[in-house]
Amino acid sequence: MPRQSLIGVNNCLKRSKRIRLHHDSHRNNNPMNQKNQTYNDRVVRQFAVMTVVWGIVGMLVGVIIAAQLIWPDLTYGIEWLSYGRLRPLHTNAVIFAFGGSALFATSYYVVQRTCQARLFSDKLSAFTFWGWQAVIVGAAITLPLGKTMGKEYAELEWPLALLVALVWVAYAVVFFGTIVMRKIKHIYVANWFFGAYILTIAVLHIVNNISIPAGMWKSYPVYSGAVDAMVQWWYGHNAVGFFLTAGFLGMMYYFVPRQANRPIYSYRLSIVHFWSLIAIYMWAGPHHLHYTALPDWAQTLGMVFSLILLAPSWGGMINGIMTLSGAWHKLRTDPILRFMIVALSFYGMSTFEGPMMSIKTVNSLSHYTDWTIGHVHSGALGWVAMISIGSLYTLFPRLWGVEKMHSTRAIEWHFWTSTIGTVLYITAMWAAGLMQGLMWRTFNDDGTLTYTFIEVLKRTEPYYALRLLGGVVFLSGMFFMIWNVYKTWQNAPDRARSVAIPQPQSA
Amino acid sequence: MSNFWHWYIIIITVGTLVATIWFLLWTSRLRIPSTKEEDGSETTGHVWDEDLRELNNPLPRWWLGLFWITIVFSILYLVLYPGLGRYEGVLGWSQSEQYEQEMAQARAAFEQRFGHFDDLSLSELADDPQAVQMGRNLYAHNCSTCHGSDARGARGYPNLTDDHWIWGGNPSQIEHSVVQGRQAAMPPWGDALGEDGVTRTAVYVQKLAGKPVDETMATAGRQNYMQFCASCHGAEGKGNPALGAPDLTTGVYTYGGDLDTLRATIRNGRNGVMPAQNDLIGETRARLAAAYILSLKENGSGTGAQAAE
Repeated sequence: MPRQSLIGVNNCLKRSKRIRLHHDSHRNNNPMNQKNQTYNDRVVRQFAVMTVVWGIVGMLVGVIIAAQLIWPDLTYGIEWLSYGRLRPLHTNAVIFAFGGSALFATSYYVVQRTCQARLFSDKLSAFTFWGWQAVIVGAAITLPLGKTMGKEYAELEWPLALLVALVWVAYAVVFFGTIVMRKIKHIYVANWFFGAYILTIAVLHIVNNISIPAGMWKSYPVYSGAVDAMVQWWYGHNAVGFFLTAGFLGMMYYFVPRQANRPIYSYRLSIVHFWSLIAIYMWAGPHHLHYTALPDWAQTLGMVFSLILLAPSWGGMINGIMTLSGAWHKLRTDPILRFMIVALSFYGMSTFEGPMMSIKTVNSLSHYTDWTIGHVHSGALGWVAMISIGSLYTLFPRLWGVEKMHSTRAIEWHFWTSTIGTVLYITAMWAAGLMQGLMWRTFNDDGTLTYTFIEVLKRTEPYYALRLLGGVVFLSGMFFMIWNVYKTWQNAPDRARSVAIPQPQSA
Repeated sequence: MSNFWHWYIIIITVGTLVATIWFLLWTSRLRIPSTKEEDGSETTGHVWDEDLRELNNPLPRWWLGLFWITIVFSILYLVLYPGLGRYEGVLGWSQSEQYEQEMAQARAAFEQRFGHFDDLSLSELADDPQAVQMGRNLYAHNCSTCHGSDARGARGYPNLTDDHWIWGGNPSQIEHSVVQGRQAAMPPWGDALGEDGVTRTAVYVQKLAGKPVDETMATAGRQNYMQFCASCHGAEGKGNPALGAPDLTTGVYTYGGDLDTLRATIRNGRNGVMPAQNDLIGETRARLAAAYILSLKENGSGTGAQAAE
């Protein structure tokens, strides 16, 4: 492009910027409130509060279905409240409503603070909030009605899946638009992870949802047979890898150093583990389909790349935990930091367990048992929920301009209920899963199975009770949180305040 | 697998591994400029959000070692096992072959240990404790889903512990039911009888079992019964095991004996199916399961519990 026209474009941009600034200052005489000089914390506040609300809803549904496994008639046989209808509601609510809102809130906050720029577009970011809430409400209605694609973690039927895609594209525009507008030259490591998560989820969601509608609430995937299964678990495992790992690592990379008031341990480690993590996660999906109709070669590739994934995953844990070195004493007094360190420990544990479970020999024991459920929850409760909760406790006071949360004791209580709840839950499921796997593979001399289905089920019942207890304990902590958040909000002098963007030194 | 996909898989797999190895070697030589901070620590000099910094520490050696170990393991695994397109691996392993081998072994072991059961009659099997024990295992895995783990049945699935046998209770009849399966065929009579006719007939069927009923209705229903039902269930309602027509005088019902259920049965017919176990678990095992059922009857463990009502 000739130089002349570039200058022309540049002038044009400058002029429109001046007009916009003029327009804004005309509307609002207080210079502090001039839009481009303040952060957009409104959408962050909205998502942060909804994280707590959806957390309680999603976990409550989890507790209900855990109870149904002990008392099958708990909901009086009402079909909308049956286990099969509520289970996808639970997974969607905790992953996409609770986890998703937490990621929106923290990524919007972090990208603004580390770029020293206001969100790219107020309207689009507001659309992502209301659009996302609409998706959640839509899910809460259609899933109990039995409207489902039948693909795990991708149950929403095509109208809702389309809305998800729209919201996600808007999210990407807001996020990357803000990165483009940044005033700080280097892109902070948290934003690499948020960026990777946003881009990849867009690709995964769209590819896995390509289907042909057959009515308003019914559609058929374009894939069939083993290809459909592979596409589904390519999606499914990368939803774990990019939504529940990369996204929350982005959260970790901002809020751990922020709360510990320490620099990130190693820039070099960030680079190496980021690129290897996102390159290798893509390959791990087939380990969900060991010993199935999937060809041997695909199973093998799924297994070996899952093993190589161990080190890249642990890179994040090391960088998080070592960031605390020099600040260990703070763990004694700061329950928020304790949330984060326990989250990182569970992250390390789950990402060790995952590669082990992907080994075919181990998988032949663990697959289809409750061990898998234990593994998922050590990630979901231990890592995802606890890093989100810790980050939100760091975030809320900053959003409402107060020094700290209303009650540190309530955070203490929340920390212990979360930790004890998680440990109860996962140990119960580990024990149940190992027992089931061993009972299933015990044969009589005559080639029949030693234990019938019902015998295994009866032996599992006490573990289900223990799991329910763990879930109830974990959920109870969320009530400390919502009370604490409410009190903090109530006592905040300026709840809707605008924070001025500091002028960069090098500007 | 076509040549294209064969090479496609090999190229992206080996390419990813090579790229990972190159990346590790490259980053370990990469120099990142450092800045000395006031407290003596070395950072990259970048600052975000007023005070967020990052230290310039090297990669932990044990972590890098772990990374290398997993890569070396994976390369070895890909040499030994099928992974790279059509390449079968040095060990020549495949899951379908492993399955075939294990099944062949299990079949051979079974033949060796239990093949002689084929020479015994069902009654002899029912007296053999080992055969009955095996039959019980087979029953638990193959039959209990419908007939219940205590063999007392459920709605639509006959109780096997009582003295009522729809298809006959002698050893050869039981063997036939289990091994060859059964297909009941009670036709729907709703159109022929009309709704009133259905009700009258149902009342008469209740009377056959000795239930106190409205005599006028029953008398009217008897005519319908004789015309449509007696050919299978017999003039006295005693049933016919050869046709699988149940005895209607015992008060034991497969689907239930209340008036509404009987009316539904007469109106819509019933087509209960007992699947042929021969096709599912083979004749030897199917006969053992049948022997277990026979043993329930002979040992008098059946309590004659009523299935319905």
